Amino acid sequence: MLLEVRNLTIRFGSTTVVDNVSFDVNAGERLGIIGESGSGKTLTSLAVIGLLPETADVSGSVKFNGKELTNLSDRELSSIRGKHIGMVFQEPLTALNPLMRVGKQIAQPLRNHQGISLKEGMKRAIALCERVGLPDPDRIVRSYPHQLSGGQRQRIGLATALACSPALLIADEPTTALDVTVQKEVLKLMNDLVSQEGSALIFVSHDLPVVSSMTERVAVMQHGKIIELASVGTLFANATDDYSKMLIRTAQLSDDSFTRLTTGSAQ
Amino acid sequence: MTRNRTLTIGASCVIFSIFLALLSLIWTPYDPLEMNSELSLTGPSTAHWLGTDENGRDILSSIIVGSRATLMTGILAVIICMVIGTSVGIATSVAPKWVEMPAIFGIDIVLALPTVLFAIVLAAVYGPSTWTAVFAIGIALSASVAQVTRREVVVVLMADYVMAARASGCGTWRIVTKHILPNIRASLFVQASGACAIAILAESTLSYLGLGTTPPAPSWGRMMASFQQYLLINPIFPLWPGLAIVITVLGFNLLGDGLRESLDPTLRQSEK
Repeated sequence: MLLEVRNLTIRFGSTTVVDNVSFDVNAGERLGIIGESGSGKTLTSLAVIGLLPETADVSGSVKFNGKELTNLSDRELSSIRGKHIGMVFQEPLTALNPLMRVGKQIAQPLRNHQGISLKEGMKRAIALCERVGLPDPDRIVRSYPHQLSGGQRQRIGLATALACSPALLIADEPTTALDVTVQKEVLKLMNDLVSQEGSALIFVSHDLPVVSSMTERVAVMQHGKIIELASVGTLFANATDDYSKMLIRTAQLSDDSFTRLTTGSAQ
Repeated sequence: MTRNRTLTIGASCVIFSIFLALLSLIWTPYDPLEMNSELSLTGPSTAHWLGTDENGRDILSSIIVGSRATLMTGILAVIICMVIGTSVGIATSVAPKWVEMPAIFGIDIVLALPTVLFAIVLAAVYGPSTWTAVFAIGIALSASVAQVTRREVVVVLMADYVMAARASGCGTWRIVTKHILPNIRASLFVQASGACAIAILAESTLSYLGLGTTPPAPSWGRMMASFQQYLLINPIFPLWPGLAIVITVLGFNLLGDGLRESLDPTLRQSEK
């Protein structure tokens, strides 16, 4: 078992935001976490990589490769983050340091974990840029984030997260901030890269069609609880919970209208 | 356009003051300490452009040499306050909560000390000298630098890119040096420039009160103090050191404002 989350509960003061959540992720397996804003899906993923704010009160257990993460110090967690667990963030602009050339940012996990020189790091950054399909990587690595488009920046984010070939990639709404066409490209890229690396994936989103296209199993979260955890097929065929059913109906509805629009038979 | 003009005017004033200070090391129109009882309190003339003081010393030479003490006090005090203030400001923001609260309390205590009063106390204890002034001004200003720095750091710490950097495995030291410092540098330059202006004013005040640079080394503040006795004879005398102080202080303030915007790469017009 790569990741084992047991009875994870996160509180801020007296408010419980994640309530008794348990799930497993095997090596190379893909899990989707779906839910509306405030359902606790992002906090659950942050707990896995140990990036919850200092004020959060965490109980329960998060075991990665058999190692308990919840009681590690920040320094011990640093040696896991970026090396064994990579993360792609929601906002591709704000997740990049505006004053640092993107090449340096891509090289960051490599420099942290493999102690390579800046020069070597830039070489690897150029190779990574090529891998995520960025044109003219020599120029890209010397650019600042504001000089790149949203899709390009998210590719940078993906390159950074996968730089050390982590065993687990966490993607927190990675395409929400992108427009639909770019979204498709980035998802396809992520799909290909995760397959090539053989990494496990936790894909967090509020968009059921996107989650079902990326993952094999889906956990539906509402009000901090996992209300349904099933394979994508099972969930679509016989969802038991009303909220899951509603998500499926909405997904089918938007899919129908999308088909109508693209085939030109709208009203 | 306006911001470039601010920067240009500010930088020109500062460079002019620094030029005067450097010039004084190799050349002055007259020996600033040479007295001549026949030339007491003469107005501006072709021989003495700004006139002579009560002891017949050339005022222009005194002002040129006086810039040395003023600038040195300003710059040294700024180095002290920026090093202490920035370190304390960053350290207290990344430290755990139980360190943070007492540290904030300590900053508030130092902040409550009036700069000049603190300097007067130090001068009373250790005797008036340039060094006492530098030290007192540096310490007193460091509290406000620490406070402003804290505010900036707290904002940067909440940014997504800091979380992304932590997700890449960056430790606290890397976060501070690679992500926090570059992102607050504009504020640091502005603060340094502003602190320099305040420090120069404070130094002039202390010298005016006789607690800064010790005689016979010329100082703008002390020149003001001695010239005010002769206001009725010729009101132009205090104008010279006053003008020197205004130009230098204004220069540093404008320089800070100009730097603030020119250091933000997202505001730059284009870059290759």
